Amino acid sequence: MNIHEYQAKDLFEKFGVPTPKGIVAGTPDEAREAADALGSNFVVKAQVHAGGRGKGTFKNGFQGGVHLVNSAADAAEVADKMLGQVLVTHQTGEEGKLVSKVMVAESVDIEKEYYLAVLMDRENQSPVIVASTEGGVNIEEVAEKTPDKIFREKVHPLLGLQPYEIRKLSSKLGFSGDTAKQFGRLLKGVFRLFMECDCSMVEINPLVTTPEGKVLALDAKFDFDDNALYRHPDIAALHDPTEDDPREVEAAKYHLNYIGLDGNIACLVNGAGLAMSTMDIIKYYGGEPANFLDVGGGATQEQVGNAFKIILSDPNVKCILVNIFGGIMDCDVIAKGIVAACGEVDLNIPLVVRLEGNNVAAGKKTLADSEVAIIGADDLADAAEKAVNSISS
Amino acid sequence: MSILVDENTKVLVQGITGSFGARHTRLSLDYGTKVVAGVTPGKGGQLFDDLVPIFSTVEEAVAETGATVSAIFVPPPFAADAILEAVDAEVDLVVAITEGIPVMDMMRVKAGMAGSSTQLIGPNCPGIVTPGTGEDSRGGCRIGIAPGYIHKRGNVGVVSRSGTLTYEAVWQLSALGLGQSSCVGIGGDPINGTSHIDILKMFNDDPETESIIMIGEIGGNAEEEAAAWAAANCDKPIAAFIAGATAPPGRRMGHAGAIISGGHGTAAAKKAALSNAGITVAETPAEMGTALLKALG
Repeated sequence: MNIHEYQAKDLFEKFGVPTPKGIVAGTPDEAREAADALGSNFVVKAQVHAGGRGKGTFKNGFQGGVHLVNSAADAAEVADKMLGQVLVTHQTGEEGKLVSKVMVAESVDIEKEYYLAVLMDRENQSPVIVASTEGGVNIEEVAEKTPDKIFREKVHPLLGLQPYEIRKLSSKLGFSGDTAKQFGRLLKGVFRLFMECDCSMVEINPLVTTPEGKVLALDAKFDFDDNALYRHPDIAALHDPTEDDPREVEAAKYHLNYIGLDGNIACLVNGAGLAMSTMDIIKYYGGEPANFLDVGGGATQEQVGNAFKIILSDPNVKCILVNIFGGIMDCDVIAKGIVAACGEVDLNIPLVVRLEGNNVAAGKKTLADSEVAIIGADDLADAAEKAVNSISS
Repeated sequence: MSILVDENTKVLVQGITGSFGARHTRLSLDYGTKVVAGVTPGKGGQLFDDLVPIFSTVEEAVAETGATVSAIFVPPPFAADAILEAVDAEVDLVVAITEGIPVMDMMRVKAGMAGSSTQLIGPNCPGIVTPGTGEDSRGGCRIGIAPGYIHKRGNVGVVSRSGTLTYEAVWQLSALGLGQSSCVGIGGDPINGTSHIDILKMFNDDPETESIIMIGEIGGNAEEEAAAWAAANCDKPIAAFIAGATAPPGRRMGHAGAIISGGHGTAAAKKAALSNAGITVAETPAEMGTALLKALG
């Protein structure tokens, strides 16, 4: 799960990580009040979960999702042009993202930009701190072109961050004196936040030093472990469903694992590995999968019905491929679920069903005897081929 | 022979009285698995289905029944504690079926297990099946949630990160007349107890296993490491399949560990590493069984 910049800022404040002062605003008037409270030079930033805001364009023609202004009136005017408008950046796709909040923040003079992140490192099964003297740019490019400018420090999962680890990083980044002390406090706060909030990533890009000698987190990106949200209701509440694909929001209500894609062959599968493989085999036979959809190992008739509704809400879908390996589940129960779901949704596109496993003969008979026009398939390859052909013919 | 478990293995089930644990315990008992104990805190002294004694702690269950393997069906918030309790009781093997355990919990569990001789399989896995020779492969050892009847006793070792995709592979193998020595689901989480490479080593050392199917998916580099190890050390034919060639980068595909991040962990890179290691890679999931036939020559 991701959060907005203004929400990240609140979390940073809670953990003692210094950031420039900023106030979130949902109307131009609120933006004016925020600016009045802050001082003289501000930056107004559109709040969306996407990078490249500064170079983005609003669909109303307004250029840039990040603006420097120097009066409260200008802050209100810029906010007025952003709020309720759709911002398109290189990360949003052409549909863009609706801006419903802006952040008015004090504008900071920058001496130098750095990069700092804490990640969960699956290979080492421990947190790792990644830091670089090259900040404010794409870190993957830095890693590729100048890997010697990236420093990694593994942290022991049970011992936690040690003072010597902070000193090592501080020295590599070239900090000394009071700047090193400030960096140490900041890193301790970020690491504590990472651990206590069950993050999978906290990325500060850029981390900056100012001419006045301050160390500040200027912009941050968070990713939280979805499996741990049950113990962080305050963080779960930060989730903004308007940032997600509406089909995915709908699917989540029914505990269906759905990811929308660009193709036209929808698939409905039990199990994540088999669901991915079904997408793969559709592509192998020349088709394009419209989605990933795992109805879970123990799918019920109701789940199958909900899954059909989600799939069919995508206007691109021209065919549905159902691939169920009924291990423990009775295939006949699944077959009845499919027939019932078809009746409910008034299906008018080809439906290819591959059913295998427990009590499969009865399941196939249920499908064959139903009034729904179902294209039966003998195996996974046959199913994919029939699905692809049903569109091209 | 088989790996990890056989028909004589004594198994205890943590979370035996929950609906999920109870259902699969019954299926395991029917398969012939020696489920000798259940553990549910506070329910010690009761009997599960008038048959299996329930204990309040793993320590008591092990002391009373001699169980050497624990299957974990405990809900995610309590699963890390349950695993550590089984490790503390010094069982040989813990099979964690639970899906949805926070990564931080698994990270601490793994670090806490340092120096322990207990092997952990999973979490978020279908478990282990060593097929028997009876009707529908009964008489073997089934720990977890896999359908027993699709198996057939034989000489192919199966290792996989996925559940239903494993069943698909086993189904294809059995249909081709290729029985299995043991089938191990290592789970779809980013931090797990046992990796592909660990299981490959066991299969390589197991005299009954003559060939191996390895099923992987996008995310991490466990398949690449296993491929490199196999090229240098494994003298048995291996076939492989990698799921997720069409998965969009940056998205978690159902399994918490199935994600392409920063261009790493792609299906293409994994397939290339496997091919370079001399492993026969199935082009599609429909060809896992036939890929093994090809590898067998």
